[in-house]
Amino acid sequence: MAKITMREAISQALMEEMDRDPAVFIMGEEVGVWGGTYAVTKGFYDKYGADRVKDTPIAENAIVGAAIGAAMVGQRPIAELMTINFAFSAMDYIVNQAPKLHYMFGGQFTVPMVIRAVGGGGRQLGATHSQTPDAIFAHFPGLKVVSPGTPEDAKGLLKSAIRSNDPILFIEHATMYQVRGEVPEGEYLIPIGKSKIQRAGKDLTIVTYCKGLELSMKAADELSKEGIEAEIVDLRTLRPLDMEPVLESFKKTNRAIVVEEGWKSYGVGSEIVSCIYEEAFDYIDAPIVRVAQKEVPLPYNRALEQAALPQVSDIIAAAKEVLR
Amino acid sequence: MAETINMPKLGFDMAEGTLVRWVKQVGENINKGDVLAEIETDKATVEVESPASGVVLQLIVNQGDVVPVNAPIAVVGVAGEKVDAASQKSSKVESQRSADEKPLPAKPEPAPVSQTVSAPSDGAIKASPLAKRIARDNNVNLSQLQGTGPGGRVTRKDVESALTSSQTSKVSSLQSPISSPVVISHDDEVVQLTKLRQAIARRMTESKTSVPHFYVSHEYNMGAVMAMRKQVNEYLPDDQKLSVNDFIIKAVALALREFPNLNATFAGDKVVRHGAVNVGIAVAVTGGLLTVVNKNTDQLPLRQISADVKQKVFRARDGKVKPDDIEGSTFSISNLGMYDVENFIAIVNPPEAAILAVGSAREVPVVESGELKVGWRMKATVSVDHRVSDGAEAAQFMQSLAKYLETPALMLV
Repeated sequence: MAKITMREAISQALMEEMDRDPAVFIMGEEVGVWGGTYAVTKGFYDKYGADRVKDTPIAENAIVGAAIGAAMVGQRPIAELMTINFAFSAMDYIVNQAPKLHYMFGGQFTVPMVIRAVGGGGRQLGATHSQTPDAIFAHFPGLKVVSPGTPEDAKGLLKSAIRSNDPILFIEHATMYQVRGEVPEGEYLIPIGKSKIQRAGKDLTIVTYCKGLELSMKAADELSKEGIEAEIVDLRTLRPLDMEPVLESFKKTNRAIVVEEGWKSYGVGSEIVSCIYEEAFDYIDAPIVRVAQKEVPLPYNRALEQAALPQVSDIIAAAKEVLR
Repeated sequence: MAETINMPKLGFDMAEGTLVRWVKQVGENINKGDVLAEIETDKATVEVESPASGVVLQLIVNQGDVVPVNAPIAVVGVAGEKVDAASQKSSKVESQRSADEKPLPAKPEPAPVSQTVSAPSDGAIKASPLAKRIARDNNVNLSQLQGTGPGGRVTRKDVESALTSSQTSKVSSLQSPISSPVVISHDDEVVQLTKLRQAIARRMTESKTSVPHFYVSHEYNMGAVMAMRKQVNEYLPDDQKLSVNDFIIKAVALALREFPNLNATFAGDKVVRHGAVNVGIAVAVTGGLLTVVNKNTDQLPLRQISADVKQKVFRARDGKVKPDDIEGSTFSISNLGMYDVENFIAIVNPPEAAILAVGSAREVPVVESGELKVGWRMKATVSVDHRVSDGAEAAQFMQSLAKYLETPALMLV
């Protein structure tokens, strides 16, 4: 298998789907002539032209709204949001229109739209451009929320998302485009809504996704040196949430931590822990610990930003806490 | 006015103690000096006495909690008195165990099923849901288990080890018919180290790896001591009779006065020769050993040494030593004479510079003035920190010891 970057994996997925289906097109800020803020669509404009790689005004409301309209009449738009923080400008379309149209119109319309959005902190972009608000979007039934942690998953999941008839928010992490990983040769799809064991272990379960996966894998390597073998379950999709592998793992280890980059309150970790309490109460051997971002607007200062973001050392400490 | 009682500092290096058992419960009357709780330190289990009279108003920590020195553990006051905000607030200081230090069972016995621990004061048993389910499925009574999780929580491990040990005992009871060709397999038993065992492990490793030991052995003619002991004991009541060890303790103390270098502590670029001769006596206790200390041994008469050591040994074996019983020894004696041991070698007990290992006094064939006779002989080996002293000095010390043991009248003057 070839080792490629997350950026290449996402780029390949887009290109393969655009080659396969002429209804697929891209629209967003700087996606065309400039090649994308994170260079994901570099070369696309030359290859597919302005009709299929559309530069838009700086108006997220217009980008998502137009994409919804196009999707309702049979196109397969991929709307790119330069950062997920700008999704708040298009909130009505993202959470109040797209997820509900199929339902409100009695099934007459589908919205086969993918919103690609870049989230996460760690690049010193300040409090308003560094957020991880994934849980907010995962709150709404009707909107699928996908957030991969490896290049292999990013490619396979994005291709599935583009082929899906449901609106999907596809969240990529700003600091992970350079992450390399093995990606299968040729075409493959990864089903949306399936969690995956990314590392086998027996002593505790780490439930995580996206950037949390990268950090958790490093923490697991460190813990392994001390004889602690962590099993890592990568959610990959926040909605629909696949708890089966989580519960299966937890019933084996009886101890768990949840790692996410977003804030702890009302977060992904809260959801996972609640599900474990509801579905596996009799298997709990220690309180489950959440590792998450400090409850502050993310600072600009590098040291403060890193102090607020969850770190490998936090995960190691949490793992040891639940193993007491 | 309610009085808050804190975790006492027993010994200069004590940082925390485990609250093993509440002797008094909330609502009970207590007098000043009554035992309130038992705590386990690195060295021993000790009783905490109440500094005030009144009623126990609040127990701030749970049994099994590890509590930092000076953190509040209980409040004593007048019945019905409101516990003031300050003492309630301080309850937050509750046990913070470091991650690498697993909580320990309150007693060193390895079989948790046999231990009954009174339930926490709220009446509920603290156990994880998983532990509860396994206990329910296997008919294990959770209240009979000693939880090793945070705050004494019973976890899966505790229930499973209780199950394993009860299965093991079933197997061994079946073992009587010798004719049975069935080989009975005995499972490995994992025994959690007590605080005491951990302290021994740490200190002995430290000593054996950082103190360069050398050893000098000597054989003593114990005839005179045996005769004097017999003579004296005829006139002493049963509970005051002198042991051979009492004579050895006194003789060692007098010899140490002549050899201050062996009554010392190595301290980097200097040696501290201790002014007092405080002889420590190693005592075997459940799960380990303790060194009880007789202070100013060289200046005390034999009977007083004997009585003092007897009391302290009793308290040590009973798990109730006072901090003063085990602090401040300047030289130690380890005597395995009662086990019919010819000779052995001990590890120096830091920060001391030397330790004497004593074997049995026994009647053996000896040659005296060309004639074969029966005589009392006892072998002893001194282990010495070579940074402090050398072989010749240790040998002279052993000779000086011979002087006192072979002419015991010197111990009386």
